[in-house]
Amino acid sequence: MDRRTFVKTAAATAVASTTAAWGTLARAQGEPIRIGLLAPLTGVVAAGGKEMVEGFSMYWDSVGKKSAGRAIEVIVEDDASNPDTALQKARRLVEQRNVHMLAGDLLANTGLAVAEYVRGTGTPYFIPIIAADDLTQRKRIPNVVRIAGYSASQMPRPLADWAAKKKGLKRIITVSQDYTFGHEQCGGFAQVFSNAGGTIAQQFWHPLNTADFSPYLAQIASLSPDGVFAMETGADATRFIQQWNNFGLKGKIQLLGAQNFTDQSVIRTLGAECEGIFSSAHFCEGNDAPATRKFVADYEKQFGKLPSLYGFSMYSGALWLDAAFKAVNGKVEDRPTFLKAVNAVQLKDSPLGRPVRLDEYGNPIYDVFIRETKRRSGGKFWNVPVEAYPGVSQFWTYKPEDYMKQPPYSRTFQGINAKI
Amino acid sequence: MSMTAFQALNGLTFAALLFVVASGFTLIFGLMSIVNLAHGALYLFGGYLALTAAMHGANFFVAVVIAALALAIAGLVIDRALLRFVKGFELRQVLLTLGVAFMLNDLALVIWGGDTFTVPVPELMQGAFRVGGLAYPRYRLFVLVFGVLIFAGLWLLLNKTRLGALIRAGVDDAEMVDAMGIDIKRVFVYTFMLGAALAGIGGALGGAFLSLYPTADSEILVYSLAVVIIGGRGSLAGAAIGALFVGMLATFGQVWFPELAYFVIFGPMAILLAFRPLGLFGRAA
Amino acid sequence: MKRAAMVAACLAAMAFVPALLPGYNTTLVTEMLIFATLAMSIDILAGYAGRTPLCHGAIFGVATYVVLYYASVAGGNVWVGVLLGIAAGTLTAVVFALLAIRTSGVYFLLLTLAMGMIIWGICLRWTSVTGGENGIRGTVKPEWLADQARFYYFVLVVTALTTAAMWRFVSSPFGLTLRGIKESESRMRALGYNVSLHLFIGFTVSGFFAAIAGALYAFYNSFVSPSTVALGQSVEGLLMAIVGGVGTLFGAFIGSVVIIALENFVSLYTERWSMVMGAVFILAMIFAPEGILGKIYSLLARRREARAAPLSKSSTATGS
Repeated sequence: MDRRTFVKTAAATAVASTTAAWGTLARAQGEPIRIGLLAPLTGVVAAGGKEMVEGFSMYWDSVGKKSAGRAIEVIVEDDASNPDTALQKARRLVEQRNVHMLAGDLLANTGLAVAEYVRGTGTPYFIPIIAADDLTQRKRIPNVVRIAGYSASQMPRPLADWAAKKKGLKRIITVSQDYTFGHEQCGGFAQVFSNAGGTIAQQFWHPLNTADFSPYLAQIASLSPDGVFAMETGADATRFIQQWNNFGLKGKIQLLGAQNFTDQSVIRTLGAECEGIFSSAHFCEGNDAPATRKFVADYEKQFGKLPSLYGFSMYSGALWLDAAFKAVNGKVEDRPTFLKAVNAVQLKDSPLGRPVRLDEYGNPIYDVFIRETKRRSGGKFWNVPVEAYPGVSQFWTYKPEDYMKQPPYSRTFQGINAKI
Repeated sequence: MSMTAFQALNGLTFAALLFVVASGFTLIFGLMSIVNLAHGALYLFGGYLALTAAMHGANFFVAVVIAALALAIAGLVIDRALLRFVKGFELRQVLLTLGVAFMLNDLALVIWGGDTFTVPVPELMQGAFRVGGLAYPRYRLFVLVFGVLIFAGLWLLLNKTRLGALIRAGVDDAEMVDAMGIDIKRVFVYTFMLGAALAGIGGALGGAFLSLYPTADSEILVYSLAVVIIGGRGSLAGAAIGALFVGMLATFGQVWFPELAYFVIFGPMAILLAFRPLGLFGRAA
Repeated sequence: MKRAAMVAACLAAMAFVPALLPGYNTTLVTEMLIFATLAMSIDILAGYAGRTPLCHGAIFGVATYVVLYYASVAGGNVWVGVLLGIAAGTLTAVVFALLAIRTSGVYFLLLTLAMGMIIWGICLRWTSVTGGENGIRGTVKPEWLADQARFYYFVLVVTALTTAAMWRFVSSPFGLTLRGIKESESRMRALGYNVSLHLFIGFTVSGFFAAIAGALYAFYNSFVSPSTVALGQSVEGLLMAIVGGVGTLFGAFIGSVVIIALENFVSLYTERWSMVMGAVFILAMIFAPEGILGKIYSLLARRREARAAPLSKSSTATGS
């Protein structure tokens, strides 16, 4: 499938496009809106990157690749799951292809690298997947906006609340990949769970790409908690779920997961071992809402699989941008006005079936579902909503100024019993 | 069963897998002086092929055999079509296999995509084996048994067959074997094919409990390197001891010193390379 | 003096880059210069001392980390940071050299690989200092270098100076000794040379120049993460040295241009850069292990021999 747009000759265009960029606003109006899409098409998260491109393109294809009277040109670049490559490609997109904005990236370090670059160039950069907390909190960059995305600690908090209050779990152990994304998710969970009266009995951190979880599973078995919160992505999530089952822990201890843990990108190659896991997310592919059902059906028809977080978020991101383009009548060259419009968008037709808007820090506020993995007709598994928490922002019930006085979540600070 | 015994079993079963993969690596290194940096990619390919076979209805053991045969052929192709042009130049051979590793890794991404897959295991080996109050995964015990069987099979091959005698002689002194009029080239090719087949079997075996994904090849390669450096090139016993050492280190290291996960493997490897490059059982070529 | 004229001509040509290839292409050439420096430093060891290393990416990246940490996180003066970065990289090379000197060939390759990976492991796990996975970010390039063209000229000048220094080094008696060691270690030892000391100094000097490249990279990238010190960086640097021509020093420029240009070109049409790079490695090893410049030199040498041949034929005919 050809999802890339080609320029006729790279060398000649290098000179031509530099002069083209000097065109007046009026002349630029006839030109397409160029969006530089960075995604990991090779490397360890290649599967997610591919789905990012699929979701983004699916939206633009569905509206005929136009918006506000201008054509939409999406230029895809592979960031190879590597921040140095991401920077290289970002430079090329901005300086050679003259894109009006950048979007995408998956791994936090690629996003942080590109964010630093656009801080200097002022290019709008939209990050539906990058979840690094601080990009929309303490280290905010005004031209970096997390449209259709979420910050890492935002999602697990409703789950922690539900686990303590509704499920009555008292002692929980967290297992997580040892990097910022994991620290932030566990921190969000641990702070709410401990403040709701629960105990975090132990926290296990393991390096990314841990082949063998048996050391942790053995310890968990002997510590016998009420529940385990697992923050795993990709291959680690797959292996954890399988080994959890193989060690006989399934059914004995309640397994809770971060959004990525039971995302379609993980469970679509799994069987009954992934049943009965609870997680919390804004996106729930088994949700009955008509907008969600339609999106899932369309996606499945086009790509032969259920949408994952990656496909869904980029699709919503494209939807968001479309709304912003229309709000400024296509004048994306006027950056301050365009960014203001992006921040003011209230997404009504999102596949979530509920309206979405940004808070004052550039991060969306969502209605978050508590989801459970259930078997679907056809033998595969998906997430079905069990309960909803309305209006969850990245600050939970805390006041932003008070929240940001607390240090960012890290391995050493998990917010346990810390009151705000 | 105490916690330590539990972890020891984990280390043992992981070591069994490492042995299967590293045995192929050490034979190639020992006999042909080739550091086959494509060994990890061969492992990954073997795993993916076994997966595809299983998805088309093949039984697990048939899938393993298919992986082994396919990889043996791949080994033949790599040796005859590529390696023969750089025979005798150690560094060129290494860098060539590195190039092969890059190509195979990307090819696997194109064919199977980046999702994480697991090779399905037969019903009999699923679930846990209960002893006392503790459950231990049946499949991992199977891997342990299989590893021992591979060791036995290779030992018989090396010590009781003519080919094995030629391989051992070649590891000791390839020039001498050649001078005696024996077609050492044939022995080289068979060894490379055997090594590749073992990598493929390892991939099928490992693919069932460690899963398959785009960077699995470099991970297993790193472990294989450590095993062979520590155990010594060209030595079966070395591969076994090295695998035990690395398997246990990796498992216990993860539990006791999670911060130092990489040092635990690379530290001993670096120290051995610096002071005793032949490892525990290696002999100078 | 033909060489000096050629060098002057090259430098003059390079001065026109920002005018002829503006914008992104100037940035690209800047990157080529930085990586050529890295490849040259690898060539000192691989081409002149005969030891092929897979750790220079780690040395390079250590310098980058120190510069970014000092200037961005610790808030220190950026030039002091640069000095510290170069010192740190050189120190890393010293430690590597002490361990690796006793080995050669494949074992040297594997040992440097392992040591590079230890550095990578440190950068990945020592989160409080290195930022772990997320790395360290910050625009540490001084204000007066913010302009693309000016930064290019700065890098060009630094590269010219380091190239000159490296050339002087390998052409010096010390460099010739290294070449002697590459030809036959036992012979040099028999002649009374302290082989280990020579290799140690050679490795350290090689690391020094790799560290300079790493410090420049901190200015260029404004970001560093474990992937900068990873094995891939060492592999790519080695590939550039090989493609250009191991043992030619200047081949590194050709190698850097070819690999970076190829990568840029290939990635316009396909994501299969990894496969292409693998193919380049394989083809280089089979058809051109001496690299592009190496091949050019040998062709020139053959032509020189052919021109000289008629004379030698007549001399053999007369039995001398």
